[in-house]
Amino acid sequence: MNKKAFIYVDGIKAPINGERNLLEVIRKANIDIPTFCYHSELSVYGACRMCMVDVEGQGLMASCSVAPQPDMKVKTNTAEIRELRKIAVELLLANHEKSCPTCKRSATCKLQDLGRKLGIDKVRFKPINKQQPLEDASQVLVRDPNKCILCGDCVRMCAEVQGIGAIDFAYRGHDVAVLPAFGKSLDKVECVFCGQCARVCPTGALTAKSHVQEVWKALDDKNKKVVVQIAPAVRVAIGEMFGKEPGTVSTGQIVSALKILGFDRVYDTCFAADLTVIEEGSEFIRRVTQDGALPQFTSCCPGWVKFVEQYYPEYLDNLSTCRSPQQMFGSLAKKILPDDLNVAPKDLVVVSIMPCTAKKFEAARPEFLRDEIPDVDYVLTTQELGQMIESSGINFVNLQPESLDLPLGFKTGAGVIFGNTGGVSEAVLRFLNEKLTGNTQDNFEFTEVRGTEGIREAQVTFDGKTYSLAVVHGLGNARKLIENIKNGSCRYDLIEVMSCPGGCIGGAGQPISFDSDTREKRTKALYEADKMLQLHKSQENPYIKKCYDTHLGEVGGAVAHHLLHTHYKSRKRIHDADLSLMASKEAQQLEIRVCVGTSCYLRGSQDLLHALLCDIHHSDLKDKVDVKATFCFEKCSQGPVVRIGDKLVTSATLEKVKEEIESQLRKRQ
Amino acid sequence: MPLRKFEKVCEIINTYNKDKSKLIPILQDVQREYRYLPEEIMAYIATSLDIPPAKVFGVASFYAHFALEPRGKHIIRLCCGTACHVKGSLGLLEALRKRLNLTAEKHTTDDMLFTIETVSCLGACGLAPVMVINEDVYGQVTPVMAVNLVEKIMIEENGNETGA
Amino acid sequence: MKQALNNMFDDIYKPLDEPCAGKIVICTGTGCVASGSLKVLQAFTEEIRKAGFDVAQTLPEAKESTRPDSTVRLSKSGCQGFCQMGPLVTVLPENILYTKVKPEDVAEIVTETLLNKRVIERLLYKDPVTKEPCQGQNEIVFYKRQSRFVLKMCGELDPESIDEYIERGGYDAAKKAYSDMTPEQICKMILESGLRGRGGGGFPTGRKWELTRIQPGDKKYVICNGDEGDPGAFMDRSVMEGNPHSVIEGIMIAARAVGADEAYIYVRMEYPLAVKRLRKAVEAAESKGVLGKNVLGSGRQLICHVMEGAGAFVCGEETALISSIEGKRGMPSPKPPFPAQKGLNGKPTVINNVETLATIPLIVNLGVEKFRKIGNEKSPGTKTFALSGHVANTGLIEVPLGITLREIIYDIGGGVTDKHGTITNDGFKIVQIGGPSGGCLTEQHLELSLDFDSLREIGAMIGSGGLVLMNKNTCMVSVAHYFMQFTQNESCGKCVLCREGTKQMLYLLEDIMNGQATAQTLELLEQLARVVQKGSLCGLGKTAPNPVLSTLRYFRDEYEAHVFGKRCPAGQCKALLVPEIDPEKCKGCTLCARKCPVEAITGERGKPHTIDPEKCIKCGACAAACKFLAVTGV
Repeated sequence: MNKKAFIYVDGIKAPINGERNLLEVIRKANIDIPTFCYHSELSVYGACRMCMVDVEGQGLMASCSVAPQPDMKVKTNTAEIRELRKIAVELLLANHEKSCPTCKRSATCKLQDLGRKLGIDKVRFKPINKQQPLEDASQVLVRDPNKCILCGDCVRMCAEVQGIGAIDFAYRGHDVAVLPAFGKSLDKVECVFCGQCARVCPTGALTAKSHVQEVWKALDDKNKKVVVQIAPAVRVAIGEMFGKEPGTVSTGQIVSALKILGFDRVYDTCFAADLTVIEEGSEFIRRVTQDGALPQFTSCCPGWVKFVEQYYPEYLDNLSTCRSPQQMFGSLAKKILPDDLNVAPKDLVVVSIMPCTAKKFEAARPEFLRDEIPDVDYVLTTQELGQMIESSGINFVNLQPESLDLPLGFKTGAGVIFGNTGGVSEAVLRFLNEKLTGNTQDNFEFTEVRGTEGIREAQVTFDGKTYSLAVVHGLGNARKLIENIKNGSCRYDLIEVMSCPGGCIGGAGQPISFDSDTREKRTKALYEADKMLQLHKSQENPYIKKCYDTHLGEVGGAVAHHLLHTHYKSRKRIHDADLSLMASKEAQQLEIRVCVGTSCYLRGSQDLLHALLCDIHHSDLKDKVDVKATFCFEKCSQGPVVRIGDKLVTSATLEKVKEEIESQLRKRQ
Repeated sequence: MPLRKFEKVCEIINTYNKDKSKLIPILQDVQREYRYLPEEIMAYIATSLDIPPAKVFGVASFYAHFALEPRGKHIIRLCCGTACHVKGSLGLLEALRKRLNLTAEKHTTDDMLFTIETVSCLGACGLAPVMVINEDVYGQVTPVMAVNLVEKIMIEENGNETGA
Repeated sequence: MKQALNNMFDDIYKPLDEPCAGKIVICTGTGCVASGSLKVLQAFTEEIRKAGFDVAQTLPEAKESTRPDSTVRLSKSGCQGFCQMGPLVTVLPENILYTKVKPEDVAEIVTETLLNKRVIERLLYKDPVTKEPCQGQNEIVFYKRQSRFVLKMCGELDPESIDEYIERGGYDAAKKAYSDMTPEQICKMILESGLRGRGGGGFPTGRKWELTRIQPGDKKYVICNGDEGDPGAFMDRSVMEGNPHSVIEGIMIAARAVGADEAYIYVRMEYPLAVKRLRKAVEAAESKGVLGKNVLGSGRQLICHVMEGAGAFVCGEETALISSIEGKRGMPSPKPPFPAQKGLNGKPTVINNVETLATIPLIVNLGVEKFRKIGNEKSPGTKTFALSGHVANTGLIEVPLGITLREIIYDIGGGVTDKHGTITNDGFKIVQIGGPSGGCLTEQHLELSLDFDSLREIGAMIGSGGLVLMNKNTCMVSVAHYFMQFTQNESCGKCVLCREGTKQMLYLLEDIMNGQATAQTLELLEQLARVVQKGSLCGLGKTAPNPVLSTLRYFRDEYEAHVFGKRCPAGQCKALLVPEIDPEKCKGCTLCARKCPVEAITGERGKPHTIDPEKCIKCGACAAACKFLAVTGV
């Protein structure tokens, strides 16, 4: 007997196939239930109330948090539901900065989209949005609290998928806001700039910081030669912005478009990826044969690198010293292109097109500056390139494809698959297989490292020796893996980590897509692109060989090391900086801090503070000192404690404090 | 200045065995110690409990009891529950704010002597309107009484001042 | 009814056996402490000693006394409910209740009443209507018409003494549950008793327990919800402060019924005394082997934690409360899954409120049949209410469910008062029941039977049991506004409808109060209120519009007067008042005209003045200056 279970959606029979909630069953039945806070990758939050449906016998329920029961009868479009959705969107709009035409997400905003779909032609409620400042201190991300609808997708993405929790809800009720710790800017907290928060944001509250204007400026400057590199994942996604299916490969069109935009040379990051394979593969062999630190972690992903620096500095030695392809390209370009293109080094501008937001952070890392000039001058995301193309009026879809420039535009399939999770491992395996076995004839594919599981393991045997690999995407998974390594429950030789789900093809710089199968299509396209190429192994790239011969010397040698490798620093206890900051800051006013912790309080510190404030108020010191209450100086037995400038006064009295203030002010003069 | 060691915080965290789920009692104990929750301490607690600082901040800013800024020496809490409201607690609040130069946004006086807080209900509705100064509960308070109580403290404090 | 109840109570709880010359009980609930009862206690200690007696502050002291004839038992009690008249002092065995006792009265009480058995009339409570002095609880209407059952021991026991509780028969029910009953039997008993949750919607407690009991897994929790956040409600505070052991006993029985070995009592931070007494009670219970690794020698474990809240009304919602115990922001999560399935730390969890749990030992001791004799068929048992607002007797009361509102207000409460506290005959306007989530009951509901179902039918709910009475001078729009401001303030901010919806409702109400509303305002307010009610994530949001909807239902004319007539019938909405000078009262002293900053007042000296409403900014300077109270409406 067929025991298949069904529900009835607006009278239509819809099968239950193990979906985790009613919402998914209904969506599969071709009814698009609107949502802001529901995300298949994240836990159910239930806050937007848009997915309410009428369940017979139970009334209105949020379909995201109800399990489908056989024979449930559901209505999705009653007068009551329409009224509820409309009011919910109106309420959000009343508290939203409606600068839609100038919003980066104008074309991809869910709020705008739903407002239109629900036929909201007027917001009946009082506009109550208070203008708050933008937060754009980081190189990478911009937070616009005025556009936040508090769906929490970003918060859950950061905590659940990435295992970081750099942003969270703060305050309560109408004051609720999504904020980094203590309301600081993102560059002051643990954010690794993966940008996944921005990827899931339904509005323009979190976006990547655009570098488009700077790039236009460089292109407009007659004295500059502007070269550009394109990361692998960009080519399978940019078409989405021009109406193409996800996974349409448009490398040739990108080259044409970039040429029209005025770039002098168009190269491929895949070339640098090939270079990375050779350096990283060789590094691995060195580690294995010379008792180096194992496992070796890949280092292509800047989010991951910052993650290790922040949380696991004890594993810094395990990170491959190889720079990422973007940075290898940058340093190589700055080294060889001035001669090749006949341009002064200062006039060569290197731009990269990346699927990633963290690459903006990476390009600005001090290790990658030479004489304060970055190896990669500007990083554009796929979206930003799309926007440049759109603003130039280029009909992207109908462009005649052009080929990439040589030599830095020549790649093998190994470099192309770098954009997928498992791609770096596979490319390195293709190299190791040949190096360790001498066998050049094998099938080049290592499909065991492909897939979508968050943590995948594989064993490969070369020349009788078995190596354990792990492939991870999503930093939350990376955290799990490292904890397992730390507690000894597993052991690996080589570990590939990419921050973003799916790898670079799922990066936050890619075109916005709320379809669940987009990533899958992009992944598939990169593997197809590999198949279409003649060469599949980095070591077969003739231009790489030539590059070593003419510029780099030996693999892993001194020159290569200088140009292609890097070092890392611990970022643990990021709050150290804040703690010492107070002492080192050369303030204009003399800082006076009175401890009001309990033991100082009991010893009369609050009275002292009060007296001091009164005293200063009546004297000419008012503008010279800055008096505030603070907390414990850890000298509780000698309270009250007052810090004046950098001196601690214990068992303080008003007289003692005044004396010290005067003496310090005298010294200043 | 040497790095602070936060010995007392460590002690508190250890009494709760570094249990993440005890974040709220830990913050309560820390506040009892420091009378408010300094940012550095919250960051330190986050590191010790291995939870993101943003989460600690999120919890601390959610609950009304946690003070993120130093408070005055005397804490005046006014009940704004239904019974107190009906019996005129708003008048008390206005009178006190006016006397102390405070507003809905500014809760602590410049001289750090007083902080006014409102609470949803102190559960002493039979005595409405109710006001608490530090630990002492006052029932059936009138605006004049409230201001007198505060002025009495001011006089005592100003007496103290000369001796401080 | 009342006598039957007392008999039932006396069947299960014995009086204390204290061989003393006399006993004085002083209420040390929060209300009486605020009125100075601790100082009175201190004075009694001194005065009794001065009179040559020993003072026995605890039960063992009294029992071990070598000269019982000259020992006075001085006992603290929990809240006796009549907070307004505190500090309350009862002299036993004569059962004389003195009210508003001051330390300077103590010497007289000791010499007159304790030694010479004479009643001091001036300290007795006087009936507000008959003005007759009343000697004890039996003569005071406020108490006489109540049926104190759950609260009974609150006013008698020393809440800090486990010995007194045990001596009177406490923990017998727990013993029965742990040794003579199976979990199934307990669940069945509670289900059959018809007990419904005292904290909110009135869900059958037995069903909640059974649902938790049948969940698989070894680890389960019991949570006692003492986050009594509704403004105007303090029943749970009184029970926690006054009889903490009854709460613990209820928790123990619940734990046995569902198979839990760990329990939390979550108390709001505004109740420091309750926290202190519960902690003390848990410690005492642990040291007596009542709680701990081997509960009452049964070999079962029950660890009980007392957690203090941190100031968030929304934590009274069960999923938010669980989040808070887990160390997170107290934000509710969608149900299902229900706590019974997936609660604290993802384990099956029973959450009951304080009063519900305190009722449990009574049911186990009495049995189903006897318990069901109290209250009515669908809502058996008693319910405590906190009576406050414009009523002569404010305080904590306990009555059988099914009682009428009239009995509560006029018999127990002594009638409605005006703003000066004087009893008025026609002053009644509404009773706000169940706090900000409840609704209002009007004159037409005076004969309504107060139980879970009849209230639900009229769009109100018992909620936690706050009853705030409001007289005719109360503006219903302002009341709705007050509650909306409260829920808006306490909204956790998670779901759109509650966060944004309550804010917008508040603005719409303000428009109405400020005379800026139109017919659309009223329509939009109603529509929004319905959507927030239907669509919000948690109970707080779903019930937030209740005050608006119920005042709209019964006082639409008052709303309309604001909207269309631009006037506030109760004269409370300042913006709608018309400034006037009463020509009868005005003496033409010109003071008001001189104080007016905008020259809105004109008139000749010695003749009545007038205010130009167009110019007037309603600053109130004139009214403050007028010695003849002639200015109104500013």
